[in-house]
Amino acid sequence: MLEIIFISTLNGILYGMLLFLMASGLTVIFSMMGVLNFAHASFYMLGAFFGFEISRYMGYWPGFVLAPLLVGVIGMGVERYGLRQVHRHGHVAELLFTFGLTFVIQELIEMIWGKLPMNYSAPTALNFPAFEIFAINYPMFKLFGLSVSIAIFVVLLAAVKRSRVGLVVQAALSHPGMVGMLGHNVDRIFMLVFGLGTGLAAVAGVIAGPVLVTQSNMAALLGPILFVVVVVGGLGSLAGAFVASLMIGLLQTFAVACNLSLAGVFGQLGASGALVAYIGDIWTVTVAQLATILPYLLLVLILIFRPRGLMGTRES
Amino acid sequence: MSRVSGSRVSAPSLNSGRVFTGTYGVWVAAAVVLVVLPQIFSSGLGLTTLSLMGMMIIFALSYNMLLGQTGLLSFGHAVFFGLGGFITVHMMNLVEADHVPLPLVVFPLIGGISGLVFGIIFGAVATRRAGTAFAMITLGIAELVASSALILRHAFGGEEGISTDRTDLVQPFGITFGPQLQVYYLIAAWCLASMAAMYALARTPFGRMCNAVRDNPERVRFIGYNTQTVRFMSFSLSGFFAGIAGGLIAINFELMSSTQLGAAQSGSVILMTYIGGVGEFIGPIIGAVLVTYLQVTLSDVTDVWELYFGLLFIGMVMFVPGGIAGLLMQQRPLLQGRQLHRVLPYYGLALLPGLAAILGLSLVIEMTNQLTVHASDGPAMVFFYVPFNANAPLPWLIAVILLAGGTWLFLCAARTTGHAYREALSAARMRRETA
Amino acid sequence: MTHASPAPALELAGLKKTFGPIEIIRGIDLVIPTGERHAVIGPNGAGKSTLFHLISGQYRPSGGTIRLRDEDIAGLAPQLINRRGLSRSFQITNIFPRLSVWENIRCATLWAMGYRYAFWRNVERLADVRQRTEEILTEISLLDRWRAPAGVLTYAEQRALDIGIAIAGKPDILLLDEPTAGMSHAETERAVSLIRRVSEKRTLLMIEHDMGVVFDLADRISVLVYGKIIASDTPERVKANAAVQDAYLGTEGA
Repeated sequence: MLEIIFISTLNGILYGMLLFLMASGLTVIFSMMGVLNFAHASFYMLGAFFGFEISRYMGYWPGFVLAPLLVGVIGMGVERYGLRQVHRHGHVAELLFTFGLTFVIQELIEMIWGKLPMNYSAPTALNFPAFEIFAINYPMFKLFGLSVSIAIFVVLLAAVKRSRVGLVVQAALSHPGMVGMLGHNVDRIFMLVFGLGTGLAAVAGVIAGPVLVTQSNMAALLGPILFVVVVVGGLGSLAGAFVASLMIGLLQTFAVACNLSLAGVFGQLGASGALVAYIGDIWTVTVAQLATILPYLLLVLILIFRPRGLMGTRES
Repeated sequence: MSRVSGSRVSAPSLNSGRVFTGTYGVWVAAAVVLVVLPQIFSSGLGLTTLSLMGMMIIFALSYNMLLGQTGLLSFGHAVFFGLGGFITVHMMNLVEADHVPLPLVVFPLIGGISGLVFGIIFGAVATRRAGTAFAMITLGIAELVASSALILRHAFGGEEGISTDRTDLVQPFGITFGPQLQVYYLIAAWCLASMAAMYALARTPFGRMCNAVRDNPERVRFIGYNTQTVRFMSFSLSGFFAGIAGGLIAINFELMSSTQLGAAQSGSVILMTYIGGVGEFIGPIIGAVLVTYLQVTLSDVTDVWELYFGLLFIGMVMFVPGGIAGLLMQQRPLLQGRQLHRVLPYYGLALLPGLAAILGLSLVIEMTNQLTVHASDGPAMVFFYVPFNANAPLPWLIAVILLAGGTWLFLCAARTTGHAYREALSAARMRRETA
Repeated sequence: MTHASPAPALELAGLKKTFGPIEIIRGIDLVIPTGERHAVIGPNGAGKSTLFHLISGQYRPSGGTIRLRDEDIAGLAPQLINRRGLSRSFQITNIFPRLSVWENIRCATLWAMGYRYAFWRNVERLADVRQRTEEILTEISLLDRWRAPAGVLTYAEQRALDIGIAIAGKPDILLLDEPTAGMSHAETERAVSLIRRVSEKRTLLMIEHDMGVVFDLADRISVLVYGKIIASDTPERVKANAAVQDAYLGTEGA
């Protein structure tokens, strides 16, 4: 029991940090440019697939470095040649553009790599158990992923709060027009921020690829959860995204490990009949099975009781 | 059909005779077309396609109630479509088991009522926010329902879905609804009724306020209306019509599966509506017909047809945000001012390099497809009846030239066409003012 | 006015509004009797628009009361205040750009004429709505432009439309926020006669910077400086008030 809690906590934090790596880029892009990048999870997927492909020829580490760079460049291109053109047609058009992008990226990946999972394995250098706890081995690679995410988070925080570039970005977060008038090239800032955001998503991809699974439905599975994170955290709030990422990461991970169900607690339903069969589904469902919908339940609850999100600052 | 979500206004003085032939005439013509169509496309595939188009028209129009009319971008509209369908199949099975004398023609209404009920339930939560947050909420709710569908196996049938038999109901006048032709007429009747209802709805005080909320939700409050109430009603009513479409699909295929309330179905209706055009009533109709047709035909020609759709969609979002209907409506002032002939040659001139570019792109896609998905079949392939090897350099060269050259020429032609259009427009305006 | 007169149209008592640590409205007491034309003037940043936002329901007061005909409306949602007969126009033109001029006015009449959320009646067949819309459009001199999408109107036409939307519901109390801002001399004259016409038999509260307009129209003037009213009197007496000259008129000039 204790080992499950410990392992689940580690896994939950890892999952939460991966979510935050993506949610942070998403939040910054939204705060600065007012557009919620629907395709953000697709860049995460691109990172994983690029990392996989590169690792086939050159090993894991070149992929770890090159894939995010490549995806970041693609992200900048998407902003420069796509999003910027659509900007004048309004927010709905921007959202629909990124929505269409999700579609196209998924189709391209399916065409080139197929629909089956890829054998993206952790590098041999890290492919050993980090420690053994309660007779369960915790892989070193996961620990590595955890440390990298936390390191990036700390660097980001420092960069945004302390550096000059960070100050400009913070200012452009709420007053892009004014920042432009102060002489900064806001267009270039937008492009770089978009590239950075998508690059971060790709980093999450090269970490998650070996840990979770590298498959063409990665984005479709993780995308909606990502948006739940930003809405629950409060659209436009980095701190909120952090809290919500960890919350949902831990919640889902613990839920998956839990095989409780109403039937398990109260016993099987005695009666029989058509209606009972329907209720029976709910009665016997385990918490583990519910793990997939827990984020959405959380979303609905937050919307009923605190529509602005946990730390929402913006009414969009 | 005249524009409703734009500036269609009643003239201060109405010529009632003209209104009759103008307004009702279009509906009579539509009815005639619906009756005659299956006589023209009478094959099995033709009937199925027509039936599908009819249902998608209702679905897309219901979606545009949200997007084009009220300015609400929803990513989970298929929920009402799917839930409407599921409740319809369950009710059909229930009615058949208990021998309740309820004829088939009523069941789309049951789907509609289900859609309405769920629209009210989900709308109460979703319409608390607007804009991007609303879009994300609809996404979350859609995922919630889709994931629940896999858990609640008795209600949603798991992977196999829930099936039913549409011929096992009471049959007044001896119409069994076994043959597809009869089902088509059922769909056509409901399609006509739904179109008329949604058209009429847009011209009510409520419908006009939906447009106002779309344009300026803040000001709406200062003229006495609660913006959230308007959005909530729009959401619920659009769920009603989506439910009707769902009920019809349940009847048509006699099977409902959980994919029909999932993200793909929601995405599909967004595609249809936007490609057709969100700013005109007729837009979603055009979109539904075109996309259904392409879905049916393209999937035979190439297995990456979904990629083409995605690219088409992105292209329209970037360059033709008004959709096909918007594009057509832009020709209207030219038509009225008799200036259309001035621009037609330019359109033709721009079309040629455009087609070349599309051809080049398609070639690249198909060759990549051959080399990756069909790698085991070898590099030999056929493109528009021309056989060649996908790994030879020549086809790639041709593709790149077509794509790059075609795009460049198209952009030049487009600029000139833009000039020609603007000139023709001002000429048309002057003609109207002096006429 | 006798002592038996009905409750004043608007009564503000100790009205306060703070945003975080900053107090924008610092205690306003104001009584506006029914039928009065009242102007609010003051330097930029004094809080005039904030005052309007408080009265019309956009902001919730941090303190004090707002009474509309003796009913406390502080903190009510804007549509609830509007339904009680108070309507406003906006400093930055706030119309429905994609709807036609006709539609803009028609939408503004619907609630007041009782049609609410009706989705079973064809709006084109409502003769009373058509009549009122025509009336208002004639009033604001935009009847010949009824077809145009509101977004293509000239600036002055849009300002007139904004006022038209505010009066379409036949409100008892009209709040106009800088109605002549940005207008030429001729346009201002037309606007003034329009405002005079539509505010007959109504209570008018107006924010204005144009002193000519203010002295032309207003029965009384209140001067708002740094969130407080430093004078509230007839135009002549306000003109002569030393504190006002000091704070405002002296430095700006008419």
